[in-house]
Amino acid sequence: MASAVKGKILAVIGDEDTVVGFLLGGVGELNKARKPNYLIVDKQTTVQEIEDAFKGFCARDDVAIILINQHIAEMIRYAVDQHTQSIPAVLEIPSKEAPYDPSKDSILNRARGLFNPEDFR
Amino acid sequence: MSGGGGKDRIAVFPSRMAQTLMKTRLKGAQKGHSLLKKKADALNLRFRDILKKIVENKVLMGEVMKEAAFSLAEAKFTAGDFSHTVIQNVSQAQYRVRMKKENVVGVLLPVFDAYQDGPDAYDLTGLGKGGANIARLKKNYNKAIELLVELATLQTCFITLDEAIKVTNRRVNAIEHVIIPRIENTLTYIVTELDEMEREEFFRMKKIQANKKKLKEQEAAQRAVCFSNSKPYINFFQLEGPPADEDEGHSENQAPRNLLASEEDNLPVLFN
Repeated sequence: MASAVKGKILAVIGDEDTVVGFLLGGVGELNKARKPNYLIVDKQTTVQEIEDAFKGFCARDDVAIILINQHIAEMIRYAVDQHTQSIPAVLEIPSKEAPYDPSKDSILNRARGLFNPEDFR
Repeated sequence: MSGGGGKDRIAVFPSRMAQTLMKTRLKGAQKGHSLLKKKADALNLRFRDILKKIVENKVLMGEVMKEAAFSLAEAKFTAGDFSHTVIQNVSQAQYRVRMKKENVVGVLLPVFDAYQDGPDAYDLTGLGKGGANIARLKKNYNKAIELLVELATLQTCFITLDEAIKVTNRRVNAIEHVIIPRIENTLTYIVTELDEMEREEFFRMKKIQANKKKLKEQEAAQRAVCFSNSKPYINFFQLEGPPADEDEGHSENQAPRNLLASEEDNLPVLFN
């Protein structure tokens, strides 16, 4: 209820630099249970943890947009592809190390399947 | 002949009423088909528009994110590693999105509207050194967030529209390839059936007429036979009347006349 009045928030899954940047931009939030709306993925983070975090963000009703680094999205591609609802929107963003590759984006892949000739305008 | 032949049609009794009903239904289906087609066209128009914007924005996003990452590296270089203080200072989100709905031919598209709310949790970060770089970094990331929110809007619109277009196309095809042919089949079935009923009726009428005629003829023949067998003359004369005896002055005719005359003569005799 309170979140509906206050507006929804963004969630971030990414490497440390990406997350720190977005936190400085002002998207970070700790809810009443002190649960953050971001996940910093480093070398120790397992795929299971990422997937759990992703699914947790998807299930939260105060999250409107999930930002996820593309190379991390690659790790949990099946989970990202399974998520077909419009809300929360999953956005794949480039990270510092890995430049953005449009051919891997699940949304753009769907678009390409629908409109092949238009993509190259 | 009766429009059956395993064709798909609605189970109705072939009557005039069913025919008018089917005609109305056909008209309704055609109208619905054209309307849905228009809807699908409108959705497709919007869809292509959004797709174009998505492709543009994705390219733009790559550049903005590159710039933002670069400014982060700059800030780290001047201000040292501040990531821990940043991560520990998280409390309330400053950037939030409001949800709005946009209506495109009856399809509600969610639109995210970003707004800034509450105090900046990191106004003290970089107070010691590298403040300018951190300020720039914040600005860059704000820009990136705005762009990403816009992109998220486009993406949600894309998914919703995609779903809506699929549903609409399915309906259009269902009407075009299932419902309309079925109604048309039913109509032709009703028409052939009605025609057949009409022919049967005509044949029946003809048959009745012929039967009646035959019956009449039979009766007439029977009557004729009856007359000729029993008292043919009396009847004959009673029917023909007086002018008959003038025309046919046969000897046979004379005999009954004489008899009658004698009978008439006899009557007074009896009374007398």
